[in-house]
Order: sequence, then structure tokens, then C-alpha cells
Amino acid sequence: MIANLVQLAAEEEQNPLIPPGPELLVGTIAFAIVFFFFWKKLLPNINKVLEERREAIEGGIEKAEAAQTEAQSVLEQYKAQLAEARHEAARLRQEAQEQGAQLIAEMRAEGQRQREEIVAAGHSQIEADRKAAAQALRQDVGQLATELAGKLVGESLEEHARQSRTIDRFLDELDAKAEATR
Amino acid sequence: MSDNGCGFPAPGLHSFLFKPIFTVGGFEFNKVMLLALIATTVVVTFFYAAFGKAKLVPGKVQMIGEAGYDFVRRGIVYETMGKKDGEKYVPLMVSLFFFIWIMNIWSVVPLAQFPVSSVIAYPFVLAGIVYFVWVPLTFKRHGFVGGWKNITGYDNSLGPIKWLVAFIEFFSNLLVRPFTHAVRLFANMFAGHLMLVMFTVASWYLLNSWLIPAAGVSFVMTIAMIGFELFVQAVQAYVFVLLACSYIQGALAEHH
Repeated sequence: MIANLVQLAAEEEQNPLIPPGPELLVGTIAFAIVFFFFWKKLLPNINKVLEERREAIEGGIEKAEAAQTEAQSVLEQYKAQLAEARHEAARLRQEAQEQGAQLIAEMRAEGQRQREEIVAAGHSQIEADRKAAAQALRQDVGQLATELAGKLVGESLEEHARQSRTIDRFLDELDAKAEATR
Repeated sequence: MSDNGCGFPAPGLHSFLFKPIFTVGGFEFNKVMLLALIATTVVVTFFYAAFGKAKLVPGKVQMIGEAGYDFVRRGIVYETMGKKDGEKYVPLMVSLFFFIWIMNIWSVVPLAQFPVSSVIAYPFVLAGIVYFVWVPLTFKRHGFVGGWKNITGYDNSLGPIKWLVAFIEFFSNLLVRPFTHAVRLFANMFAGHLMLVMFTVASWYLLNSWLIPAAGVSFVMTIAMIGFELFVQAVQAYVFVLLACSYIQGALAEHH
């Protein structure tokens, strides 16, 4: 085809495969302008922006990663704190239980003691009352018996009886008897 | 020229010759030159709009420009030469691709309707530039002897036929290569333009009485050819740049 063209072209005034000079010049200039603009201005421009964009995207990813790491660490921290708090609560509960038990035991002991005290006091009171009553009774009984005997005998045996301690002895015997039968 | 008796104005070489629009001191400025300069203006204007005040978040024009730029940079240059070696040649390849593409596109633009690259001078200039990039680069990279070995594919393991191989390689690489590089683009555009003119003229010429259906067919063919040419224009720009990259890559390669 090229040979054909060349042959055909040879018959013409201008061979299409032989470049005309002025066109070469214009072609060179036209391309040089395009190349110069791309080389010096436009491509450096866009490369800078592309680089910035790449950095922005990578920066964004890095930021997100950092945020995630931080969130993770905060979560760990919270979990640790929560576990600690749980542990603490369990410890406190245990302690409270122990303290409560101790308190109850103490209270119980105290109550026991107070009860015993009260009981003891009651006992001694009763004993004292009984003694006082017995004493009073003994005197009264002695006196009454003496008076009664005096009336029967016709003279006062008071002094004598008192001195002789007969009545006392009698009453003691009664006491002893009562003790024995009780 | 093609007076074959029926008066059909067949397209021919005359379709590629233009009367000068004006003449300055013997310099004849014609339509093709005008189109070449408009192509420059279009490329520079578009990419100035796209990249002149490039923003981090691109607008529409910048996005289109970036897509085109990325196509050449990543799709052609990095593919063939790798990122490290290729980076330096990105501006040249981007300029070549878009300049050639716009020059080709004139073929189907109304009023222009002529591919600038179908005039051999323009592909020749561009192929020459590529040639004068890769030939010195070969010697710069491999030294004088190494450069010749690279170009001729000289290899002792080939035995006595190494001289034959070296001769053929020398002939094909150093002498024929720039010529084929330019003519590949030129011939495609030349043939495409001939076809378009042929069908366009025929649809007009056949438009009388009983030939009207034939004119219709011719017109449909014109439309189809425009679509096909749009494809060929892009492909040829791509092929030209791809070859330029592979020549430079060959010059940089350790073994041919």
C-alpha cells in the first residue's frame, strides 16, 4: 500500500511521505507548547494535589486508627476498672457480712451478759427480800409467840424469853425443818 | 485528477493539500497548521482548566483531567517502564497522547474535518522527538559499546549468525523504527480520512433519482465510519505512546 502510495504520489506534485518544511516547524512548535505546559506547570500542579490527597487519605486512615487504638485502650481501662470495682464490691460485701456477724455475736454476748446480770440482780434482790422478810417474820413470830405465851402464863416473858433465846432456837429449828422439806 | 468519465469527485492526494489561508513572507499558513495550533490551544486550555488551580476535592473538569492523566501515567507509562524509570517520562507521554488524540479527532469535528496527523510532517516531528529521546538514552545508560550492543542485540551466544542478527537489528531499530512509528499513525489517519471523504462525497453524489437508496447506504456508512474513526483515533494515540514507552524501556533495559 505504501509502495502504491509512493508511486501514486510521485505523479503528484507533493509526495505525502515527504514532509513539507513549514509543517514540520509548526508541528514542532505546537507540540513544544503542549509539552512545556504539561512539564513545567500542569503536571507538577496536579502531582502536588494528588500527593496531598494521598496524604490526606492516609492521614485520615491514620487518625481513624489512632482513634480506634485509643478507644480500645479506654475500653480496656474501663473493663479493668469495672472488674476492680466488682472485686471491691465483693470484698466490701464480704467484710460487711463478717462485721455484721461479729456485731450480732457481740450483741448476743452483750444481751446474754445483761440478762445474766438482771437475773443475778433479781436473785439477790429476792434473796435479800426473803431474808428481810424472814428476819421481820422471825421477830414478829417471836414477839407474837412470847405475847401469846405471856398471856397464857400471865406474866411477861418478854425479857426472859429474849434473854434466853429460846424463841430463836425454836425458829431456827423450824427453818432447818423447812429447809429439809424443801 | 480522477476524471474517469462519470464526474465522480473521487478523493485522492489532493484531499490532503490545502491552499494557504495567508502567506507571510513566503511562509504559507494553511488549514492543517491552523488545526495543529488549535489542537495545542484545546489541550492546554482544557488541562489548564483542570489542573491550573487543582483542588484536593476535584471539580468535574479536574476529575476528567485526572482520569485522562491517570490513564496515560498508570495505564501506559507505569505499565511499560515501571514507576521508578517511568516517572521522568510522564510529561512527555501525557503531552504526546493528548496532542495526538486531539489532532486525530479533528477528522470528525464539523468544519475542521481533517486529521492533522494525516499530514506526515506532524507524526514525523513526534516520532523524531521520541527517537532523539531513546537513542541518546541508550548510550547514556550503557556507554558507547554497551549502547551499540543494546541497539543491535549483539550476543555472543548466537555464534556466527550474531553479525547477521546485529545487522538486521541495527537496520530495524535505528533506521526503520522512527519511520514506522510515524507512518503507523499517519497511514491510519490518512486512510480513515480517505474513507470518510469517499462516503461523504458519494452520499452527495448519488443523491439523484433512482440512486437515492445507494446514497442512503453511503450516508449510513459515513455515520458508521465516523464511529469507527473515533475509535481508531484514540487507539492510534494510545499505540503511538505505547510504542514510545516501549522504545524508552528498551533503551533502559539491561538485555535487549
